[in-house]
Order: sequence, then structure tokens, then C-alpha cells
Amino acid sequence: MHVIVCGKVIPDPNVVTLEIDSSTKRMVRKDQPHVLDPAAASAVEEALRLTEEHGGSVTLVCMGIADAKDGVRRALAMGASAAIHLIDDAFAGSDTLGTAKALASAIKQEDYDLVICGTESSDSYSGIVPVQLAYLLGIPAVTFANKVAVEGDTLHVERQSETGFAKVTAELPALVSVTSGINEPRYPQLKGIMAARKIEIKTYSAGDLGLGAADVGASAARERVLTVGAPPQRGGGRVVQDEGDGGKQIADLLAELKVI
Amino acid sequence: MPERIWVYAEVIDDHVTPTTLELLTKAAAVGVAEAILLGSAPADAIQILGDYGATRVYRGDDSVFDDFLTLPAVEAVSSLLAAEKPDVMLFPSSYAGRDLASGLSAKFDCGAITDVGDFRLEGGSVVATIPALGGSYQTTATLENNGVRLLLVRPKSFEPRQTGGTAEVVTVAAPTDEGLKKVRVVERVTVPVEGPQLEGAKNIVSGGRGLKSAESFQMLRELADLIGGAVGATRAVVDQSWVPYSMQIGQTGKTVTPEVYIACGISGAIQHLAGMKSSKTIIAVNTDPEAPIFKVADLGIVGDVFQVVPQLIDEIKKRKGLA
Ligand SMILES: Cc1cc2nc3c(=O)[nH]c(=O)nc-3n(C[C@H](O)[C@H](O)[C@H](O)COP(=O)(O)OP(=O)(O)OC[C@H]3O[C@@H](n4cnc5c(N)ncnc54)[C@H](O)[C@@H]3O)c2cc1C
Ligand SMILES: Nc1ncnc2c1ncn2[C@@H]1O[C@H](COP(=O)(O)O)[C@@H](O)[C@H]1O
Repeated sequence: MHVIVCGKVIPDPNVVTLEIDSSTKRMVRKDQPHVLDPAAASAVEEALRLTEEHGGSVTLVCMGIADAKDGVRRALAMGASAAIHLIDDAFAGSDTLGTAKALASAIKQEDYDLVICGTESSDSYSGIVPVQLAYLLGIPAVTFANKVAVEGDTLHVERQSETGFAKVTAELPALVSVTSGINEPRYPQLKGIMAARKIEIKTYSAGDLGLGAADVGASAARERVLTVGAPPQRGGGRVVQDEGDGGKQIADLLAELKVI
Repeated sequence: MPERIWVYAEVIDDHVTPTTLELLTKAAAVGVAEAILLGSAPADAIQILGDYGATRVYRGDDSVFDDFLTLPAVEAVSSLLAAEKPDVMLFPSSYAGRDLASGLSAKFDCGAITDVGDFRLEGGSVVATIPALGGSYQTTATLENNGVRLLLVRPKSFEPRQTGGTAEVVTVAAPTDEGLKKVRVVERVTVPVEGPQLEGAKNIVSGGRGLKSAESFQMLRELADLIGGAVGATRAVVDQSWVPYSMQIGQTGKTVTPEVYIACGISGAIQHLAGMKSSKTIIAVNTDPEAPIFKVADLGIVGDVFQVVPQLIDEIKKRKGLA
């Protein structure tokens, strides 16, 4: 079984506060420590779990800047056997659909049985790339999976719902997006880290995939950011040192809000 | 001509969801509201949709919409969109809403805006407001395409209002293509929740690792009872098994929008903020003045939860005449 994992590499949320460049209106990504998105780590873990059970291999596909390399290596160190890095200035500023088109073009070069995504990336949270990608690949998608199993050609998923979960099935090839509660991603071992160094990461530019300015990048984006700024209702908050009356101050506010 | 605004109407647990009614109210306020209702629904669903502003309901009641995820709905809605050409279509940010909007955005090559908190129409285009990045920025965005604008809207973004209107019904034929029956729903399992529910709770008291132990959650329960609320927690605390997963708030837990959210010993990691940043009033108690939770707090107390919370409990009891 060949499992493709789509995963992002993001500015390390434990080190940097996410920032938006006010002129480009995009997230600041350059020159920041980058890590494999925890959502991607869960997807890699699930792929490894399935291929350990059924045999096969895992390929990570990541669209990102040069700083993404370390994160890609981490997925390899976890146990993925190949990685494809979509790297090109032409991808910068892609919206979700542009991202999905780039990922789909790369995945179409492969023979695969299953595509695993995170439900949402940990820096942009849109959560719509996976189903867009499945549509472009012409395969069914199951999102928000809490449990994934493969039996023959059938994918079995327990999918989160508002009231609990639903048991669903789909025929392979298919795409599934996994929640981060689905597993505990493994830590790479020294052996894996050494082995990962020897793996050559395949790279594609937009041109390699036959994609142009009408397909990917800022020029192709349907979604256009107009302004970024501080939210009006937050930020005007009051932060005070407790001088022994902190509880009373909260009670005053609760009374003002008619909660008590 | 007023804009036609469609709303994907959702039924969960045999009820039209509150978010559906919120979206209809907003749609009716800025244009002509129409709803699409697919799959099984309670007998009074169309009446309710009309009452909240839908002038027309496109109704497809075939079981194919219940038995197979996403693809039949994408097919039915895309045929309707192609024929009727509404200006905007709104979806609740829910499991089904998100999948449907994603599929349509790829099919029509039209994109979609997610996590929308509000929107307005401006000379034929749509300007959406997105409370982005854990509430630390607010973004406005538009969709540049010539077709329908798809917006995924957060729950509780608008106040639902009854209009007393009625809706005309247009029957939607079920798509017959066998190729759409790819993701089969075998069983729907309802997991019962214990204690006061976080969803819909008017007030929430939430605890993080700063509480140090499972026992100190008792203090939060007492506070929650006093203000008529439920207790929530961070993932760090759930991972320690201090409280069950059903209490987790955040990106991988529940999304809540109470009137008042009191964060006790919570750092305010972006994944936690994702689940509570839309609360009306946020109060935070934390010993670390640099804790990111203070960036979203209306009132932040830099102090020890073991001092501040007991004092708050005493103070409320006093004011309520309980002590
Ligand atoms: C993919 C992913 C998904 C995630 N999903 C979620 C999610 O859904 N929900 C979630 O909550 N987290 C989630 N997390 C985890 C998140 O990143 C944080 O680790 C977590 O929210 C931290 O919880 P905390 O605030 O309780 O703990 P900490 O970050 O350890 O903060 C404890 C705080 O308590 C304060 N404190 C200590 N003692 C006291 C005292 N006596 N009085 C007052 N304050 C005190 C400290 O100053 C500190 O700020 C997720 C992470 C990832 C990677
Ligand atoms: N640049 C990217 N490279 C690889 N996978 C991605 C990328 N962007 C999004 N994805 C996949 O889509 C999922 C959802 O992302 P998003 O729609 O950004 O929330 C992620 O968890 C990934 O699996």
C-alpha cells in the first residue's frame, strides 16, 4: 500500500508568535524556526501505522518555502520513505484552492492507494484543502477521522460528528483527514534520523507540474485579503496585577455584566 | 435587484441547527434569503426556515443525502447553483457544511472563505470579516470570481430572529449517478455527555495546567455553579487525565462562545484560543504577566488562581446573600 501524506511545515508556534506582514498581508514565514505541523505529524503517524500493518510505504508531499526542509526531514526521520517538496516563489500567496491544485498535480504523478491529510493546518485552520484536493484527484474524501482502518480495498473510518461519531466506509483510492486526537505521533529515533539524511527529497517547481500564474500563487487566488488589523472588540482589555482584590474585581465585572 | 443569498440548512439530531437560523436571519437582512434542505428533516423544518427569513426552500428529501457523505449533496447543490445563480451561499462551519463548501469550491473553481464572522455586500462583491490567528488579528477578505461566493460562517456570528414569514417549496430531484455513492454511512453513534454541557453554556469557567491537580477543578465547579455555567479545560489538562476529553476546549476540542469565559491558569496557546476566542467577555487569571491569554482578555488579573478564585467565590456568595 502506498500512502501519500500531505503535510505542512509551519513557523514553530512555541517560539514565534504568528505575524502578518502588513504590506503583503500574508503570514511572515521567512527566517523563523520551522517545524512539521503537528497535524501533519499525526497524519504521518497514521500512515506509518497502516503501512506497518499492511506493508507498503509512505510519501510526504509538502508545499512550502526552503525553511520547510527541516520539517520534511522530520517526517522522513519518523519513518516516511520518500518526500516531495513543492518549492517555488510562484506558489507564494496561493489560496486553499491553489494549494490543492499544486498538491493534486504532484500526487497525480504517483501511484497511490490512500491520501492522508490533517483536518486543519495549525497555522491557517481553513480545513478545506483536503476535500478540494480529493475532488481534484477524483477520489472520495472522509474528513475528521478519529479512527482509520483498511480492510482489503475498503477504508473504514470513525468520523467525528456533532453528537458523537459516524462509522463510514469508502473504496480505495480515497482521501482521509485525521484529527490530532487520533494518535500520539512518535519521536524520531537516532536510526531514523540517520536514515532520513540519506533520502533525497524530490522537488517540483510550478513549471515542473505544468502550473502557471492562472493556477497557483497570489495572482490565481480567488480569496483576496483586503485588510489585516487588530480586532475591534479585543485588545482594549485591562490587565492588572492582583493587589489582593483580584477576585473582587472579577466579581465587579460579573455584576456589571449582570451574571451575578 | 436585491442579492439572492442561499443558506445550506442543516439538521442535526432531528433539529434545524441554531447556526442555520442565524445565517438565514443575516441573509434576510442583506438580501433575499433562500435555503437548501437535503436529507431527513423534522416535519416542521420548512415552516421554521420560513419563520427565520427563507422565502424559498429547495428541498431534497431522498435518503441518498443521509446514507452517503458529501458527493450527492455536492452534485445536487451544484446543479441548483448553475441553474439559479445566487450571489452568495452561506454554510455553517460544521462537519458537513465544510465538506460541501470545499467540494463546491473545487468544482466551480471559485474558492471559498472560511471562518467568517461577518460579511457585507459591496457593489456586487462580498467583503467578509475573519477573526484570524487566535483573535490577535482581524482580517477582511473578498472572493474574486464571477460566480457564487461561498462563505463558511462560524456559529453564533449573528442573532437569530423570527420574521413570521413562510417559504415556498421547490422540490430537488435526487442525483441518480451511482458514482456519487462512494462514502457510505454505516452507522451513526451518539455519545452521551456528562454534567452541564459546554455547548450552549451561557458562562464557562475553564482550567489549565496552572491548577496543578485534578482536585482543584472542584473549585472551578463551585464557581461555575454560582454563575450558572459549565466547566471546561485545556488539552494539557485532558492529557493529564485530570478531566475527560468531553471538557476540552480548543482546536481539537470544543468551540464555545459563551457570554463570559473565565480562564484560570491557562497560558492561552493558539490552539486553545481557537476554541474560545469568540466568547463575548474573556476574563483571565494567570501568574505570568506575559501569558498570551491576556492579549484576548477583557479583564486580566495577574495573580495566583488559588488566591483569586476562592476570593471570587466568597465575593459572589456574599453578594448573593449566600454567605
Ligand atoms: C495540533 C494541536 C492541537 C491542540 N489542540 C488543543 C486544544 O484543542 N485545546 C487546548 O487547550 N490545547 C490544545 N493544544 C495544546 C496547546 O498547544 C497548549 O499546549 C495547551 O493549551 C496548554 O494548556 P495550559 O494553558 O493548560 O498549560 P500551560 O501552557 O502549561 O499553561 C499553564 C499556565 O498556568 C499559569 N499558572 C501556573 N501556576 C499558576 C497559578 N498558581 N495561578 C495562575 N496561573 C498559573 C502559567 O503561568 C501558565 O501560563 C493543541 C496542540 C496541538 C499541537
Ligand atoms: N502547503 C501544504 N502542503 C502540504 N499539505 C498541505 C498544505 N496546505 C494544506 N495541506 C493539507 O491540508 C490540510 C488542511 O489544511 P488547511 O486547509 O490549511 O487547514 C493540512 O493538514 C494538510 O494535510
